Amino acid sequence: MKFSEQWLREWVSPALSTQALADQITMAGLEVDAVEPVASDFSGVVIAEVISREPHPDADKLNVCRVDDGSGEPVQVVCGAPNVAAGQKVPFARVGAVLPGDFKIRKAKLRGVESRGMICSASELGLEEETSPGILELPPSAPAGDDFRAWLSLDDHTIEIDLTPNRGDCLSLKGVAREVGVLNRMAVESPAIAEQPAVCEDTFPVAVSAPEACPRYVGRVVRGVDVGAETPLWMVERLRRSGVRSINVIVDITNYVMLELGQPMHAFDLAELVRTIEVRHAHDGETLVLLDGQEIALRPDTLVIADADKPLAMAGIMGGEHSGVNGATRDVFLESAFFTPLAVAGQARSYGLHTDSSHRFERGVDPALTWQAIERATELLTRIAGGRPGPVSETASPDHLPAARRVRLRAERIEQCLNLALPGEEVVEILDRLGMPAVVEALGAWQVSVPSWRFDVSIEEDLIEELARIHGYNRLPARRPPVRLGLSADNEARQPLARLRRQLVARDFQEAITYSFVAPDLQGMLAPDAVAPRLANPISSDMAVMRASLFPGLVKALMHNLNRQQSRVRLFEAGLVFRGELDSLEQVPMLGALVAGPRSPEGWAGGRDTVDFFDLKGDLESLFALSGSADDWRFEPATHPALHPGQTARILRDGRPVGWLGALHPGVRHELGIRAEVFVFEVEQAALLEGRLPIFAPLSRFPEVRRDLALVVEATVPVQALLDTLREQAGEWLTDLHLFDVYHGRGVAEGHKSLALGLTWQHPSRTLNDEEINQLVEAIVAESKHRFGAELRG
Amino acid sequence: MEHLSTLVNEARQAIQAAETVAALDEVRVRYLGKKGEITALLKGLGKLPAEERPQAGEQINQAKQALNADLETRRRALEQAALEARLAEERVDVTLPGRGSATGGLHPVTRTLERIEGLFTHIGFDVAVGPEIEDDYHNFEALNIPAHHPARGMADTFYFDAGRLLRTHTSPVQVRTMETQAPPIRIVCPGRVYRSDSDLTHTPMFHQVEGLLVDEDVSFADLKGTIEGFLHAFFERDDLSVRFRPSYFPFTEPSAEVDIQCVMCSGEGCRVCSHSGWLEVMGCGMVHPEVFRHSGIDSERYKGFAFGMGAERLAMLRYGVNDLRLFFENDLRFLRQFA
Repeated sequence: MKFSEQWLREWVSPALSTQALADQITMAGLEVDAVEPVASDFSGVVIAEVISREPHPDADKLNVCRVDDGSGEPVQVVCGAPNVAAGQKVPFARVGAVLPGDFKIRKAKLRGVESRGMICSASELGLEEETSPGILELPPSAPAGDDFRAWLSLDDHTIEIDLTPNRGDCLSLKGVAREVGVLNRMAVESPAIAEQPAVCEDTFPVAVSAPEACPRYVGRVVRGVDVGAETPLWMVERLRRSGVRSINVIVDITNYVMLELGQPMHAFDLAELVRTIEVRHAHDGETLVLLDGQEIALRPDTLVIADADKPLAMAGIMGGEHSGVNGATRDVFLESAFFTPLAVAGQARSYGLHTDSSHRFERGVDPALTWQAIERATELLTRIAGGRPGPVSETASPDHLPAARRVRLRAERIEQCLNLALPGEEVVEILDRLGMPAVVEALGAWQVSVPSWRFDVSIEEDLIEELARIHGYNRLPARRPPVRLGLSADNEARQPLARLRRQLVARDFQEAITYSFVAPDLQGMLAPDAVAPRLANPISSDMAVMRASLFPGLVKALMHNLNRQQSRVRLFEAGLVFRGELDSLEQVPMLGALVAGPRSPEGWAGGRDTVDFFDLKGDLESLFALSGSADDWRFEPATHPALHPGQTARILRDGRPVGWLGALHPGVRHELGIRAEVFVFEVEQAALLEGRLPIFAPLSRFPEVRRDLALVVEATVPVQALLDTLREQAGEWLTDLHLFDVYHGRGVAEGHKSLALGLTWQHPSRTLNDEEINQLVEAIVAESKHRFGAELRG
Repeated sequence: MEHLSTLVNEARQAIQAAETVAALDEVRVRYLGKKGEITALLKGLGKLPAEERPQAGEQINQAKQALNADLETRRRALEQAALEARLAEERVDVTLPGRGSATGGLHPVTRTLERIEGLFTHIGFDVAVGPEIEDDYHNFEALNIPAHHPARGMADTFYFDAGRLLRTHTSPVQVRTMETQAPPIRIVCPGRVYRSDSDLTHTPMFHQVEGLLVDEDVSFADLKGTIEGFLHAFFERDDLSVRFRPSYFPFTEPSAEVDIQCVMCSGEGCRVCSHSGWLEVMGCGMVHPEVFRHSGIDSERYKGFAFGMGAERLAMLRYGVNDLRLFFENDLRFLRQFA
């Protein structure tokens, strides 16, 4: 909503500067977005009358004019505008004037003829954005010699407010003025709206078949309107300052009344209406060519204004081209209706439309305005463009009009809510000025009547907000809430995600946050088997499907960085993945990571080795270790369509699959144009976060016994299986088992590997003897041979 | 015994000539070892006349002691020199960078979310999270935003079908908490939210932290005090001006927008605050009775306040980031700045 400050001040004019007024409005909840001067800076421009116009002797397109600028002596000026004529009143920049852009007017000779000043166009004065075709013609009543700027009140500001959707009542001067009046405890002067008596008997029949959507339809025939009449400059200026372009006198007047009172109106060309006006829902297959020329296929849920033949307008949204006012219009039918917010809400949007009218009706237009608006428009119309009004006709369904509301307000509740005892008189005064008379119901309680323009007030809290708003939010007390200190159980075994994040950060990973929706083809490549929900209205085709894996986002981030000369990339991300169809959807928190490029940053001490599978596996295992549950995890050779078949592991926790670790499949890399090897993992957060509480085991005072074994097995034997067997055979006193070398080559048969294993035993209460250790080792060797064909290395 | 003095001189020269501890040891063996030349003199004492023996013995022992002392002195000198040589050899350039020092960093949004969570958990709030694919009820209806409400236009929603959508705010988590937990409730709800909007100042996904406090005797004054306290703590400035502007959210009544004095220009007016001196940083209000009703909480007995803020916006102000889109490009050159 944009309006002229001067126009507002005609209604109510507090002793505040423009900025202070804007701040006051903002702080009342009508956020001022912009305050701008209505005209650029210029000076030295007066109103002048063109006395004569002669063609320039030496230039076809120039005229030599003499103008009376009130100085007593006629002034000669050369003018190039085609529309300049003797007898016109025009804005005239005298010698010495400064026009917008710091353009100084000097005495000049144009093709040998002296010119002392300049007759100005609207654009030259900064009143129009587009270049005007000719000079600005002023009405004959404009007083020659008067300062143009003062005469047109150009020392004014446009104030633009950004209203929240609950404040449809402020989409008019009347509404804003009411607010300013309340804020300053001042009376508001509204223009007197008198009943315009009918001077002809003509009416036009109206039938409302959807009274729930249109509880009141007020119309009036006005005959013999001069559609060619000029819209008065003051009205054009007010419209302009409200961001509305002048179209023709009839449309301008309906727009003016909408801005002034808040009632959107429509004027039909009476000659185009067939038999009757019907307010009904559209029929299947009906179409309408709108004022802006586009043809719309109407849906049956759309309310239309139709005549006996066809739809004429989308009710409360936009009129049709066919029945609109045009240059040949003589008789008009004025519409001033109340369409309920529900009837209009969402409709304009659903057709991709948004108009001043739909904006207002969606938010609620005061149903009491229809009569006032039509009288006001009639008055302006007959005054400016003549015409003979008929009687006002109303088609109303009182049952469907919003019911009068009364809301109970308790002083106690105000105090509870605001921590402030607002004096009763202040309460009543604020409400009264807001148009909400409060009647004492009992001690400390009122019955408050809600005015018809406030669609947003229906409960006690709404009234309390009004009081707080007008009293001033910033004058209300503030306090720190008192809290009852209570401790709640904290699961110590479960570690916070923040700890995992920090572990990865300590291991040189950068955290990424990627979009939760990804490109379907990328997801198809990296998680081809996944089923994930697809957005019905994605913002773009590469953000169309929910991610079923963290891999697409991480790989996209990798490519972004590779394309920017970042060859060493170590990223992780924590977030939800979405699995399954909507009805069986799982939203699973995952933790994923990706590495590519050199193992260490380039440096004097490090090699330039690139990362491999075991680098990332180590990073992942460090997360297991954090939870104190490393033994519960297993890696199983597996296949995944996006991963290298020889370097892929299914990750299991307590036997349950919870994630993947692997190298990106070379084929996938090739398709994505990634040359570097890439390793990725993703694991369910729940599995990573679930740890265990430490349980103390007494320290033994007796010596440890260590034995090292070198076992030769076929290269395909998984180490994990062998380790599990060793652990199983090594007895309860085994305290440590680890692999310290893997060797193949000289001395080990082709297709085999030698595994060097360190085993340590310790008994809690005695010294272990060689005999029993030897027995354990023998059992280990025997079982390893039995299960895996393992031989002790000679 | 002239031979003795010759031997001693010889030995002394040999000691001085020894350049290593090993060579020195050879000298010791040659003269003083079991088969050493001076040792041999001692062994030869028996061949001397008895009356000469004491004196000769005395002289040999003295010579032996003197040589031992020389040997020791020389050994120390040689050891010292060897140590010095080794130390010199082991010198390193201490200005070379350390090994394996690389660490990564948290995303600035995570950093901001953790900071906000931390400030609130310190004063007794819990952290609550919820699903991102939500149903219409929890995202809209339960928050007093019925179908066709103009407020639905405030958030352009991503839909999957008629009833399921990507949450447009983290408020559904508040609803879900109130459905399952009796007051008092003190939670903050951080997380991803989605709106169908993409331009210089909007990304289709961003992060919010919303907070909710429900208890008996909670007022707008508590809301003001909490928000002011939070903003002072977050920006580490106790003198930061905070103002509350009436606003509108369907789920709160009264509602407010919160502005802070611009942290870039200290309220002087700059590009970031559009020369107003103020920055809008969050929305808040008292929980609407309709929202309580949907969640089965008695609004006569309990009152509550709620607030919500955008994490990216706060991160931008806190760290001076000037382009929202950077947050989701995951450019390492950007991410590394927040380690």
